[in-house]
Amino acid sequence: MNAPNVSGMLMLILPEVVLSVGAMITLLLGVSGADAGRSHRAAMAALATAVVGVVLAIGMLTGAPLAPGTTFIANDGFRWTLTALLCAGTGAAVVLTEAYDRRAGVARAETPALLLLAATGMTLLTAARDLMVVFLGIELMSLATYVLVAMHRTSARAAEAAVKYFLLGAFSTAFLLYGIALVYGATGSMQLEGIGSAVASGAKLPGLLMAGVALMLVGLAFKVAAAPFHLWTPDVYDGAPTAVTGFMAASVKAAAFAIFLRITAEAFAPLLADWHPVLWVLAAATMVIGNVLALGQQQIKRVLAYSSIAHAGYLLVAVVSFSAEGATALVFYLVAYTLATMGAFAVLVALSDGTDRPLVRQDLAGLRERHPWLALAFAVCVLSMLGFPLAGGVGFFAKWQVLQAALQASVPQQTLAIVLVLSSVVSGGYYLGLIAPAFMQSPVPAARPIPAPPTGVRAIAIACAVVVLVLGVLPSSLTRLAQRSAPSAFAGGPTVATTIQP
Amino acid sequence: MSDLSRYFFYLFSLLTIGSALAFVTRKGPVPAALWLVNTMFALSGLYVLLDAPFVGAVQVLVYAGAIMVVFVFVVMLLNLGRAGDRPDLRGIGGQLTAGVVGAALLALLLAARRGDAVLPALVPSSTSTSNVVEPVAQLLFTDYLLAFELTSIVLLTALVGAVVLAKRRTAA
Repeated sequence: MNAPNVSGMLMLILPEVVLSVGAMITLLLGVSGADAGRSHRAAMAALATAVVGVVLAIGMLTGAPLAPGTTFIANDGFRWTLTALLCAGTGAAVVLTEAYDRRAGVARAETPALLLLAATGMTLLTAARDLMVVFLGIELMSLATYVLVAMHRTSARAAEAAVKYFLLGAFSTAFLLYGIALVYGATGSMQLEGIGSAVASGAKLPGLLMAGVALMLVGLAFKVAAAPFHLWTPDVYDGAPTAVTGFMAASVKAAAFAIFLRITAEAFAPLLADWHPVLWVLAAATMVIGNVLALGQQQIKRVLAYSSIAHAGYLLVAVVSFSAEGATALVFYLVAYTLATMGAFAVLVALSDGTDRPLVRQDLAGLRERHPWLALAFAVCVLSMLGFPLAGGVGFFAKWQVLQAALQASVPQQTLAIVLVLSSVVSGGYYLGLIAPAFMQSPVPAARPIPAPPTGVRAIAIACAVVVLVLGVLPSSLTRLAQRSAPSAFAGGPTVATTIQP
Repeated sequence: MSDLSRYFFYLFSLLTIGSALAFVTRKGPVPAALWLVNTMFALSGLYVLLDAPFVGAVQVLVYAGAIMVVFVFVVMLLNLGRAGDRPDLRGIGGQLTAGVVGAALLALLLAARRGDAVLPALVPSSTSTSNVVEPVAQLLFTDYLLAFELTSIVLLTALVGAVVLAKRRTAA
């Protein structure tokens, strides 16, 4: 028990300090000053906070070599790259929620504040190395997201989604917490490092440990929406306010994957032979179920919800590969996926009419004539999710990286690679079905006139599409960044046990 | 065990068991909840006798205090307080399940008493000390300071969320 090195600790959790202080400033701005423009000032403060978070994380990445972290908080490239990504996603979500809420007439200061509080939990998850911190990070992220889903109180669909999300989320948290307790009971440590070494030296109570690991994996699979724990996703993504859905699909999922990878890499690596087959099945099932069920959907948000389940499957392939290449592919994929998802949802926010009527494909009809740039941005982002070469930009290389990681793992995962390619082909069916009406049908007169999209929303849609295209031409810069960002557990080269079955 | 602590042990044990029995046999939700408060209080007395005064204090604060207040509030706010309004929801199946689980727990307890064959000694035996709060505080405010501070942020989030969702809507 040594006295805490406060200034060192503060440096390690600087993004969380900035984000939580920013959240409190945002809340204060929501109750001070003239009534008019309160929510706008709060949103601007939240946006500035998120930008500071991005700058800070990039500064840490490009600055002096990183000192080793503590047993509570990691200080590696993985942490800072994903922190930058999550802060950027939060900033985009602040702009999108403000535009969406304003159109619906319910703009308020608590929304950006809750987004920042969720971001505090998410960035913490990129760094957490102690199960206590992991649990608190997940709870912080989830609590704020439950409230964000319920923010539109006049919408019955949002209320239904929020109750579903809350109950199932609390249920999955109970799984995770019970798993943590059992793992602690079996290993005597809450720290990932300590659990890893206790497991490596042979657990005293293997049954207890296995039960704990299984329960923790169930809890985490709920959070990343992997099949068969995905059932909440379509309803919640569909009922939540569109901008919040984008935030959940992009950033919340990315944060959940960050902690998923770190826990498996640092704590459960010696048990690889035990959990590998389980995650293998989850990955394959998630890819197939997500892509096949998306085909039959009419509402755009439900299509994107199932597509996000499919992407969770692709990301699980990177986790299952369990190597430095797999971690690189995961980071690369998360960047590409966040850009594409945020861009696509920005277009949906621009098209929403302020009611909670679900968007269907017909709403995209003639988008090319109404908003040519938005139509192009939407096409680029959706093609990027599909992994289309050239026009899909960086999405193609993201899938390529995951495939490479799967095939180059010490025990190659050919079957998973084949499932990935085939299910991606299937996904072409619904992704092209989203783009086709935008370019090939003529506009249908809307029941309610849709106001011109705000500049911020347009800027985010187009910026996401441009970055997707630029990174698609220059993927090597992102690859280099992702390679620097493998968690420190993988730094010593691949640590895969040889007991995995292909 | 001195005579005095033996006396208190039987006192608190009888109180716990008696209140628990009253809790499951009362028909009205409010009397049942109040008997549960009594059970929690008596339990905390047992914890103190076990040389765990900190756990005892937390038991009073958290279970007898916070959680029971929520129970009673929910029962009263939802106006479930009158017995006899509706038939007893506890069917025969539930009663049987509870009886089986209770019997199993009792059997486990008796088995554990017979020796440490069932539960291997995982926890290192510690010497009895009157200074029980300091180690907890030491961990809480050094190693787990970060988790402690984070809890306050989680609570802030819950507060903001509760106020936002429950506040009376004003004409905006």
